[in-house]
Amino acid sequence: MKFDFRDFLLKLKKSLGGLKLKMDFGSERTMLMAMEKRRAIAGYVFNSPFLIGMIFFFLYPFIQSMIFSFNSIQIGTQGYEMTGVGFSNYYRAFMVHPTFRRVLVESIVQMITDVPLIIIFSFFAANLINQKFRGRAVARAIFFLPVILTSGIILAVENNDLLLGIMSGAIQPDTAAGAVRALELRTLLMETRMNPRFVGYIIDAVDRLYEIVKASGVQILIFLAGLQTISPSLYEASTMEGATGWENFWKITFPMISPLILVNTVYTVIYSFTNPNNPVMEIIKNTAFAESRFGFSSAISWVYFFVILGILGILIGVISRWVFYHD
Amino acid sequence: MKAVSLTKAGQAFETKEQRANWRHAVFFQAKKVLWVTVRTILVAGICFLILYPLAAKLSVSVMAERDLYDITVCYVPKHFTWENYRVVWKHMNFPETFFNSFWLSLTTGILQVISCTLVGYGFARFDFPLKKLLFGMVLVMLVVPPQTIMVPMFLRFRFFDIFGIIKLISGNTVNLIDTFWPFVLTSGTGTGLRNGLYIYMMRQFFRGSPKELEESAYVDGAGPYKTFYYIMLPIAIPMMVTIFLFSFVWQWTDTFYTTLFLERLATLPTVLSSLAVSINYQEFGPMATMSPAYASMLNNTGSVLVILPLIIIYLIAQRYFVESIERSGIIG
Repeated sequence: MKFDFRDFLLKLKKSLGGLKLKMDFGSERTMLMAMEKRRAIAGYVFNSPFLIGMIFFFLYPFIQSMIFSFNSIQIGTQGYEMTGVGFSNYYRAFMVHPTFRRVLVESIVQMITDVPLIIIFSFFAANLINQKFRGRAVARAIFFLPVILTSGIILAVENNDLLLGIMSGAIQPDTAAGAVRALELRTLLMETRMNPRFVGYIIDAVDRLYEIVKASGVQILIFLAGLQTISPSLYEASTMEGATGWENFWKITFPMISPLILVNTVYTVIYSFTNPNNPVMEIIKNTAFAESRFGFSSAISWVYFFVILGILGILIGVISRWVFYHD
Repeated sequence: MKAVSLTKAGQAFETKEQRANWRHAVFFQAKKVLWVTVRTILVAGICFLILYPLAAKLSVSVMAERDLYDITVCYVPKHFTWENYRVVWKHMNFPETFFNSFWLSLTTGILQVISCTLVGYGFARFDFPLKKLLFGMVLVMLVVPPQTIMVPMFLRFRFFDIFGIIKLISGNTVNLIDTFWPFVLTSGTGTGLRNGLYIYMMRQFFRGSPKELEESAYVDGAGPYKTFYYIMLPIAIPMMVTIFLFSFVWQWTDTFYTTLFLERLATLPTVLSSLAVSINYQEFGPMATMSPAYASMLNNTGSVLVILPLIIIYLIAQRYFVESIERSGIIG
């Protein structure tokens, strides 16, 4: 067999190179880099379900919906056809649709009235069930019941229900009993010479107490969790210094919980806007499936999305100014 | 001379200081009693508000129709009957609908737990390029109303295809509407009903759990996957149960995705939403209309049937709901 010197040299070089590489691999920096790379790959592996889902079932439909909103869509048996219509869907949403503008403004106003009430109530309720008393476990279980019992279909049926509305005269405002009660409260509050608008707001809150309680399940949960993370030593120290319970509340509890007020506000706003029972959501759905105007429906939903984004932006901007961060 | 004063109880005090102390104690005690009373009333009141509609539903569901018009009947039925349940049971086709709903909720629940645990761990413990962007997408997903992507989603599953491969082979796209596939695909990939929230909760949970365990596993030579499987997964089980419960319950009552993806396949929410109308049509014919009170009565009975399984789950797994967010450290 003929000895091929060049081949031998090449092989030698290769093996030396490999050796060098191996030695390099042994050095700390490269190993760290390799490890980092491995961990990055692991990160992608763990995230791969979401990566796929995000692209195919979120980002793609999201962009597609944007495109749809500028088109008119006809559905056939084989697929769908689009014809460009420019901004006319948006124009129609604001100028032609009989109820969209009104319903949109109404649902924003409704949200603005509800959010403070829900936040205040859930904060109050969380403080109540954070205290030690007999039967606390039962009370907690009942307080969180709305989380499961007033979602989706059950809420929808309840809202449209005739009998329950009549029977719960003590709770619902539209019956004789409820009206009388609110009236008494109104005269009482009016006599205190408070601003009538403010009184009206309070009366409204009392009238819709049940709806507020129903909407505060998750918020109570979040506030309660927050209250339990406040270290008791803070209270002990301030009580030793002579602070009263009232002072403790405003100087310790309130600032410590303020980040969660932001969290809860955001949650409440998102929930009240994206809840399928929201009238705007109903318009969007009906336009698409009852009237088969898919492009128009997409346009409305985009308008709605930007409204939500705007309101969230303002709220986060305002609230985060006075949120206290512990660390 | 020492000042001796008598209280109403006839107790003598030695000094002024003692008297002040006693007064203070009485005042403190009175304040406490007052607060306990107020608190009890408040807690009981709120509990009543929450339980009331449930009780009202139950009481209406066992009444006969004439009890509704009887002014002397208030909550306690005069003519106790299971008739409403019989009618509703028959028209809801309850056993079949129940199991449709059950399998659907179970599937989505399990898939969502798996995907959210994986993804949440990935976000909490690994650094990789574009991670911030990807997590930003989770937050965007929370904010975007599902209605915005509703139409494209519907069309995607109505004419389902993977890069045109299916059309190439069979000459046509697949219609996945009225199957569980849309639910399987979306919840398996972390984009189903309220999935953003679950991913966020899982990420917060893993971020809050101690790193030492994982580090010791790495030192012992385990890779990231082994570490996840043997060390982190057992820790995360309570949180997984919580997410499963939320996912199950919310899927159980969801009307949005079920009416979007299922047209003929009956589930509890879809059947309940049209219950009164369909009973009216089948029992009284298309021309007649039943009384609104009776319709409402049937709706309440149907609601009880939908709620009952949830209540049972809640009673069994109540602590997982209550402790859930505490555990997730959503505060951090």
